[in-house]
Amino acid sequence: MNAFLHAAIIAGIPLLLATLGETITEKAGHLNLGVEGMMLLGAVAGFATGLYTGSPVLAILAAILAGAGGALIYGILTISMRANQVVSGLALTIFGTGFSSYMGSGLIGQKLSEQMTDFFRPVAIPLLSGIPLIGDMLFRQDVFVYFSYLLCILIGIYLFKTNMGLNLQAIGENPSAADASGIPITRYKYIHVLLGGALCGLGGAYLSVVQVPQWQENITSGRGWIAIALVIFCKWNPWKSFFGAILFGGLSIVGFRLQQFNISQHILDMLPYLVTILVLAIGRENKKNSAPEAMSLPYFREER
Amino acid sequence: MTILAEMRNIKKSFGDVIANRDVSFELRAGEIHALLGENGAGKSTLMNMLSGIYQPDSGSILIHEKPVTIRSPKEAIKLGIGMIHQHYKLVEKFTALENILMGQESSFFLRKKELIQKVEKLARNYHIAADLNKSIYTMSIGEKQSVDILKVLYQGAKILIMDEPTAVLTPQEIQSLFQVMRNMAAEGCGIVIITHKLNEVMEISDRVTVLQKGSTVKTLITAETNQKELTDLMVGKATDLQIERPKTQLGKVVLKVEHLEAINKDKAKVLKDISFELREGEVLGVAGVAGSGQKELCEALAGLYPVSGGQITFHGESLIGKSPAEIINAGMTMSFVPEDRLGMGLVGSMDMIDNYLLKAHHKQKGLFLKRKPLEKVCENMIKALDIQTPDVHYPISKLSGGNIQKVLIGREIETEPQVLITAYAVRGLDVGSAHTIYELINEQKQKGVAILFIGEDLDVIMELCDRIMVLYDGEVKGIVNGETAVKEEIGLLMGGGKLYA
Repeated sequence: MNAFLHAAIIAGIPLLLATLGETITEKAGHLNLGVEGMMLLGAVAGFATGLYTGSPVLAILAAILAGAGGALIYGILTISMRANQVVSGLALTIFGTGFSSYMGSGLIGQKLSEQMTDFFRPVAIPLLSGIPLIGDMLFRQDVFVYFSYLLCILIGIYLFKTNMGLNLQAIGENPSAADASGIPITRYKYIHVLLGGALCGLGGAYLSVVQVPQWQENITSGRGWIAIALVIFCKWNPWKSFFGAILFGGLSIVGFRLQQFNISQHILDMLPYLVTILVLAIGRENKKNSAPEAMSLPYFREER
Repeated sequence: MTILAEMRNIKKSFGDVIANRDVSFELRAGEIHALLGENGAGKSTLMNMLSGIYQPDSGSILIHEKPVTIRSPKEAIKLGIGMIHQHYKLVEKFTALENILMGQESSFFLRKKELIQKVEKLARNYHIAADLNKSIYTMSIGEKQSVDILKVLYQGAKILIMDEPTAVLTPQEIQSLFQVMRNMAAEGCGIVIITHKLNEVMEISDRVTVLQKGSTVKTLITAETNQKELTDLMVGKATDLQIERPKTQLGKVVLKVEHLEAINKDKAKVLKDISFELREGEVLGVAGVAGSGQKELCEALAGLYPVSGGQITFHGESLIGKSPAEIINAGMTMSFVPEDRLGMGLVGSMDMIDNYLLKAHHKQKGLFLKRKPLEKVCENMIKALDIQTPDVHYPISKLSGGNIQKVLIGREIETEPQVLITAYAVRGLDVGSAHTIYELINEQKQKGVAILFIGEDLDVIMELCDRIMVLYDGEVKGIVNGETAVKEEIGLLMGGGKLYA
């Protein structure tokens, strides 16, 4: 059981990071369906950089830049050129998938240096790791995981407790009201779409650099789509997305634990996606925690 | 007196359409200045340039007697200019306080606890009642407006522009709004109120600037003018303001509604136990603040809205469960005018003939449409109703609002209905066009048509209608006689029968 929970966290981290990224993107009024693409960009950039430089910090930086770079394409299209967000996001996913396969074709079978794997070795946090059940699960992990916890907490505080967070939400809800209040809409949108992309890139890099750690083609295998559903499941709340991500992380690895029951691997592989569909179908929205109202609508000030 | 804002020889066009030809305007501290004009006179465009939404093509703007360029709402706020738009600039999900604070604070963390006191003090200063911790989406329209005003005041506005602020308020809410405006003026603010309601101009303003077709006609001192003079300036010719209410012989009951009920998607009752009768040769007015069930009632009568209980009978025959086509064939016509005039009634990109065909094609025989005979019908309509259009083949959407309205009502009348339902038939129309519509309605009334007139201007309803039914929250609060009705009484019913002051 302990081992399962421990693994559920590890499987949940890429989901958590991507969900956080998509949450702040959507809070800015932008539905970016390119999560899968940006994760793959981050994964391949992180792995390749880690492989050639042997520096974990550079690998993470490269993943952040790659994810943000993908988001920049999307941002230019949808913020400045006011293109359709759904189409632009899908295009980004297709681009990211193709680009990562192309760049990664020479990376298959290669191994990261010892320096890298050492850096991401689990570290037990004194005292906290001694707590029964959750101590082992939460506090005997690698630095990347701890960094993700921190990000999750900080993004929640940013959204709900700061003036910038309030302004950001105003843009996603009603850009013309935000504009009339003097909030610089375009700047906010770019910053948060790029940040969102960076977080997706990080999520991808966790997969390729820490979790696997090897390069496989299409290494994310649909996790980006689950993250998009998780944003809805967790009601655009960064703190709730922590629990959502672990739940879905657990679902994605439950197959290994159930092998003895002789259930078809294909059925088990379907589990997270089935639950996603169920959650989307059953999930009720009320006004207070529903989607940002102006999401996926372009904003023109002089529109008559 | 200090001059707060001055606009000189402003010109602004959108593509080929000139919205402001040559407008000059001046606002002093401590005054309430009405900006009066028909639709399309350029009132809102002018004020949108003052609040940074639009840029003028030429002309100059002076704030505190210094020339300025206002490139964005943010710059307008810095200059102390705030605008209350017709659609409030509020985030529905936020609380009142969050709406007021957004975009204003430079501290990193939200300081709600400290700032709420600051906002409350401001509200007390101007006697604005508002619950700052309430979410906007749970508020009434009047409350939302108060929040929007408070927000603009919090931003430090000294120049306040209000774009048709009374359009959606009950008479009681209008009175408290006027009181707030007077308080603000007393504090030294300059207030611009955009309106086309003359009685409001007379009641609230100190001075009034009349615009006509994008140009300033004149600025007058309100106390030295009267409604007649203002109308003549606004329309550009002498007009008769009186709406007639011709006496007719009441005939049989045509339409009878008993205990009508309907529920919406969210399972909330939108029509509750509605009963009324409509006789030949009568105009029954429906008054109520927006969203009281007018739309649902109309659509239920036309067979477009599912009814959950009660009975609608037309000449003794039940209409429940009949399709719109069957209802039209029975002789009931509805001309419903939603907010976007071209939404439900007409197809904008089609010409008059095709729009006419939409309602007449099923009467034609054969496989193909015959347009030729209809040209004559449409040309007659143009003459009879004085529709301003190059010809019958001109797309409807390019006509002015009043003319689109005439086409819509003309088409409905052409089918010789026994019941005519009009909803907001004069919404957004100027005085002249509105009067043509009233005349058309009276003409039909004298022909013995039973008319249900859903309106928003209480003064018009009281002058035009024989009886007035007041809706509140899907319920009939009362049916009063049009000739003896008292405005305050109706206002009280519109507000759900509660006393405000």
